[in-house]
Amino acid sequence: MSGSVLVVLTAPGGTIDRGSLEALTFAYALASSHGAALEALVVADPATARRVAAGLGPPFVATALIADHATLTVDHPDGWAAVIEQVIAAREPITVVGSGTERGNDLLARVGARTAMPLAANCVAVEPAGARYRVTRQRWAGSLLEDAWLDARVKLLTVAPNTVAPADPAALGTGASMETISPELSDADLAVHVTSREASQRGGISLADAKVVVGGGRGVGSGEGFGDLEELAGLLGGAVGGSRVVTSAGWRPHADQIGQTGLRIAPDIYIACGISGAIQHIVGCKAAKVILAINTDPDAPIMSVADYAVIGDLHAVVPAISAELRRRGVART
Amino acid sequence: MNILVCVKRVPATGGRIVLTADGMDIDVRYLGFTVSPHEECAVEEAVRIVEAQGGATAVLTLGPPAAEEQLRDAMAVGIDRAILLETDGRDWDPVATAGAIVESIRAQEAAGGPFDLILFGNESADSGGFQVGIRTAAALGRPCVTGVKALQPGDGAVLARREAPGGGWESFELPLPAVVTVKEGINLPRYPSVPGRLRARKKEIERSTPAWTAGGLEKIVLRLPKEETTAAQIIGRGPEAAAAVVDLLTKIGVVDG
Repeated sequence: MSGSVLVVLTAPGGTIDRGSLEALTFAYALASSHGAALEALVVADPATARRVAAGLGPPFVATALIADHATLTVDHPDGWAAVIEQVIAAREPITVVGSGTERGNDLLARVGARTAMPLAANCVAVEPAGARYRVTRQRWAGSLLEDAWLDARVKLLTVAPNTVAPADPAALGTGASMETISPELSDADLAVHVTSREASQRGGISLADAKVVVGGGRGVGSGEGFGDLEELAGLLGGAVGGSRVVTSAGWRPHADQIGQTGLRIAPDIYIACGISGAIQHIVGCKAAKVILAINTDPDAPIMSVADYAVIGDLHAVVPAISAELRRRGVART
Repeated sequence: MNILVCVKRVPATGGRIVLTADGMDIDVRYLGFTVSPHEECAVEEAVRIVEAQGGATAVLTLGPPAAEEQLRDAMAVGIDRAILLETDGRDWDPVATAGAIVESIRAQEAAGGPFDLILFGNESADSGGFQVGIRTAAALGRPCVTGVKALQPGDGAVLARREAPGGGWESFELPLPAVVTVKEGINLPRYPSVPGRLRARKKEIERSTPAWTAGGLEKIVLRLPKEETTAAQIIGRGPEAAAAVVDLLTKIGVVDG
C-alpha cells in the first residue's frame, strides 16, 4: 500500500524475536506520526509466517505479507533482500524498518545495496522533516549518538537493540489482512545460503537469553578463576560472560565476550566481577535492569553505571554469595 | 589466493568520549588511532591464509592522509601492499564509502587481476553502519556473508562459519571471488615484529583522491547519550556482603524469597 510503513519481522521457531518486537514498537509509533498504516513482512516459511501473522492485527499491523516461493527459506539473506526490494517496488512504502540485530542490519544493508538507497542503522529516534527524516542513531555501539539527515525515496532504517520497549506479543491483536506474495528470485538471489548447521556444544542457557549474567574481567585472574563465577551462575540459573580482556587472553571463548565487539545483553541482573568498566564493555551490559559490581576498587569506572556494589575481592565475595544461596535453600538448581 | 582487506582509521577512545566544541567530531587531541578489533582480525586472517596457501595481500582504506599509519600497521604484520583513498577528513557515509572502494577495486583488478577474497570488519568501530562490505559485494556482483568467525578457503570456494542467533553455528559455502565481513574471535592477531615495522615503514603506498559524494545519510551533529550514571550504592564489603547480595537477588525476583 502506497504511503505505508513496512516493518520486517523475524520469528525463529515461530516466535517473533525481541529485536523484531522492538522494531514493531518503533515502526508503529512512526506510522502513527505519519498517519500511515503499518504493514509487516514476516521472514519465515509461509506456514510459519501465517501462524505468526495470525497474532497480528489492528491497531498495530493492518496487513501482514507472506512470501511464498518454492526455494526460499530463512537461510537465504539475498533472497529476502530481493523480496523486500520487490515489496518496495510494488507497494511504495515510505519507510522500511528492521531490527538492529546482526541479522537485521545484514538484511536491510542488502536491501540498501540492491536499491542503491541509504540505510540508517541502529536508530534510537526518528522525526519526519519534510521529505527527509532526522534520525538519531548509535555510533560506537551507543557510547555516542549521531543526529543525521536520512534522505531517500524510501527510508531504510534499523532500530538499535534495547532502546525501545518491545511490543507485548500477547497484545498485538488479531485479524491483520494477510497477503501472499510470489517473489521472483534469480539463481543469484538464492546463491548465498546456509549449507550446514551445528548445534551449540555447550549446554545450559545462552548468554544472550539469560536472565542472570555473571561477568568476569581482568580481576578474575585466570581461566580457572572463572570456576567461582560458573558456580554462582549455575545456582542462579544464569550464564557466564566476560570482558574483552578475558576473551583476548583466552580465559573464555570469544563467544562469551560482552561488549562492543561481542554480545549486547539485557538480563534482569548483571553481576560484574573484577571488571573495571571500559566503554567497550559498558555498551554491552548497560541494558541490564540491574548492575551489581563486585570490585576491589571503589573508584573503578564500572561504579558509575552500577546500581549496587560490593567492595572486595571477587574470589572471596562470589563463593560467599554461593554459600549464602545454598544456606537459604534458594539456589535454582 | 589474492586477498584485499579494507580497514578504517578510528580514534582509540578507551575511556570517556569528548566532543569538539561544535559537536561535529570526537576531540582527538589526546587520543591515539587504531582500527576496529574486527578489522585487526581481518588483517590477521588474510596474512594467515596467504602464509598457508601462498598468494598476495593488500590493505585499503578511505581516510585522511594520516590513515597511512593504519596501513603501515597492517603491513607490519605481513600485508604486502597498501592503497590509500585520501579524503580531506570529512565524513563519508556508507553509500559513498562503498562507492569509492568499489571504484578503487575495479581499477586494482584491471591492473593486477582479481581479488579472490575481499575482507572487511563486521562493522566499523566508530560509525557502525554495518553495510560497507555488503554494498561493495553487491556492486561487484559477488556473494557476501557477514559476522564470520571461521574461514576455510578451499579450491575455488571458501567455507565461512558464523554464530547462529540462537546459539550454535551456521556455515556458508561461497564460490570465489567473494566478500566476507569478519568478527573478532576469528583469530588472535599477532603483534608486529620490529623487522616487520621497519619493512612497513619503507614501503610505498598507492594513493588516489576520490571525489566526495553525498550518499543520503548526512551527519548533523554528535551528542553524548544522557548519562545514566548512578553512584553505585555500596551494599557491603568483602564476603560479609553475601547476605545483602542474596537479599538484593530476592528483592528483584531472580531468586525466590
